[in-house]
Amino acid sequence: MPNDATSPYATYLSHLKKGELAYQFSPAADRAVFFPRVLCPYTGSDKLEWRVSKGRGTVYATTIVHPADGAPYNVALIDCDEGFRLMSRVEDVTPDAVKIGMRVKFRVHKAGGEADPIPVFTPEVA
Amino acid sequence: MMDGLKRGAAAIVGVAESDLGQVADGMSPMDLVAQGTQRALADCGLTLKDVDGLFCAMTQARMSIVQMIEYLGIQPKFIGSSMTGGSSFEFHVAQAAAAIQAGLCSVAVIAYGSTQRSVGRRQSSAREINPYETPFNPFMPTSAYALAASRHMHQFGTRREQLAEVAVAARKWAQLNPVAWEKKDLTVADVLKARMISYPFTVRDCCLVTDGGGAIVMTSAERAKSLKKPPAYVLGCGHGITHANISCMPDLTVTGAKPAGEAAYKMAKLAAKDCDMVQLYDAFTINTILFLEDLGFCQKGEGGAFVSGGNIAPGGKLPVNTNGGGLSYCHPGMYGLFILIEGVRQLRGECGARQTKKHDVAMVHGNGGVLSAQASVILGTAATV
Repeated sequence: MPNDATSPYATYLSHLKKGELAYQFSPAADRAVFFPRVLCPYTGSDKLEWRVSKGRGTVYATTIVHPADGAPYNVALIDCDEGFRLMSRVEDVTPDAVKIGMRVKFRVHKAGGEADPIPVFTPEVA
Repeated sequence: MMDGLKRGAAAIVGVAESDLGQVADGMSPMDLVAQGTQRALADCGLTLKDVDGLFCAMTQARMSIVQMIEYLGIQPKFIGSSMTGGSSFEFHVAQAAAAIQAGLCSVAVIAYGSTQRSVGRRQSSAREINPYETPFNPFMPTSAYALAASRHMHQFGTRREQLAEVAVAARKWAQLNPVAWEKKDLTVADVLKARMISYPFTVRDCCLVTDGGGAIVMTSAERAKSLKKPPAYVLGCGHGITHANISCMPDLTVTGAKPAGEAAYKMAKLAAKDCDMVQLYDAFTINTILFLEDLGFCQKGEGGAFVSGGNIAPGGKLPVNTNGGGLSYCHPGMYGLFILIEGVRQLRGECGARQTKKHDVAMVHGNGGVLSAQASVILGTAATV
């Protein structure tokens, strides 16, 4: 069997570079899968379809990290409407304004230098 | 899960800590493993010549069991080195019990050592990169547990004051333990106003960073009877692993302690109400609340109220973490071995000022990773077998 031509992460990243939040869908399990991988963790099936999220979700859990140097910042778990959860942060509001249950929408954060872009969120209602 | 294990067929017969807190300059993790091994063997009257099973796990050596064999100069018949973080040693107890029951070894030593305080946390544990979490700079492992706490607070109305009660109770037990690291008086207000680390946790909601190690010795129930100290029989074992990374934990308010406890109770033919004490892995204050709920000591969501008002402190209804816990006694990074040591000492009745009134059954519950790998061990005295 030839090697896979691309990795799950590379596919995910190529979508992010286009401004899309990609996730996988397992027809066997009839549910979303995240993080991207080569096997469905619910069924063991290797038939995973790539889909693009509508980028809407709800804050599931949230914390404020207080670094030894620098300003406090948010880290959150976001439940996307398609049924998958990911770690991210909510921007455009102060960290203490990020509340569980808050509706949020996705945007790409392009980090400087060599760093890969990452998915971040902002409040759905500004 | 542990259906093949026989209730009470194996016992912990020797226990010991190595040097703790801040160890001498240049002391290595394996020096502490050796200290613990020698002291635990002396505790039960056995010697290295009797040992034919070895178990070890630590963060400072990828092949710790190989180093342990080199250091001790023995050739064990059976080895194990499962690495599930802080709960590794509860897994090792089940594995050693299975090996002893199957005749693969007769005397097993389970050991650990860490110099994380001396060398610094960064030096003691290699950073692992996860492209789906690391870019958001969670302060790990603290932020993972803080996320779980935020969810518990949201769903059940748990308050920061109730988290703080866990730290206060641990401190009160530590004040009764001669070798505990932190013994200053601590109030709920002190916990709340301490330096914030990852909301809702201040530094006082978080475990200590100390050096330390130790060992336990296990053998068959039959051989245990002829040794120096009263045996602590392994009545039940169980485990539950729900995830590795916090973003993959199915429900942040329910841990693998639930299936772990259920399996251990089933094997032990006991329930939470039969346990005289709980020794659990309190890496953060939310742990104690989550595990007391998941192990059946109170209903889901009621843990905050359960730990309040001195209920789990000295003189309270349920003794929890009688050594002072990872929060106040000792926390070298993989704390799970120390709760086994304390459980055994309590069952023997050798805990002095912190001795519990009733001490026939101990629930020992280990936690590894970020609420990831849970393992329960129920220990009992001869009266329970």
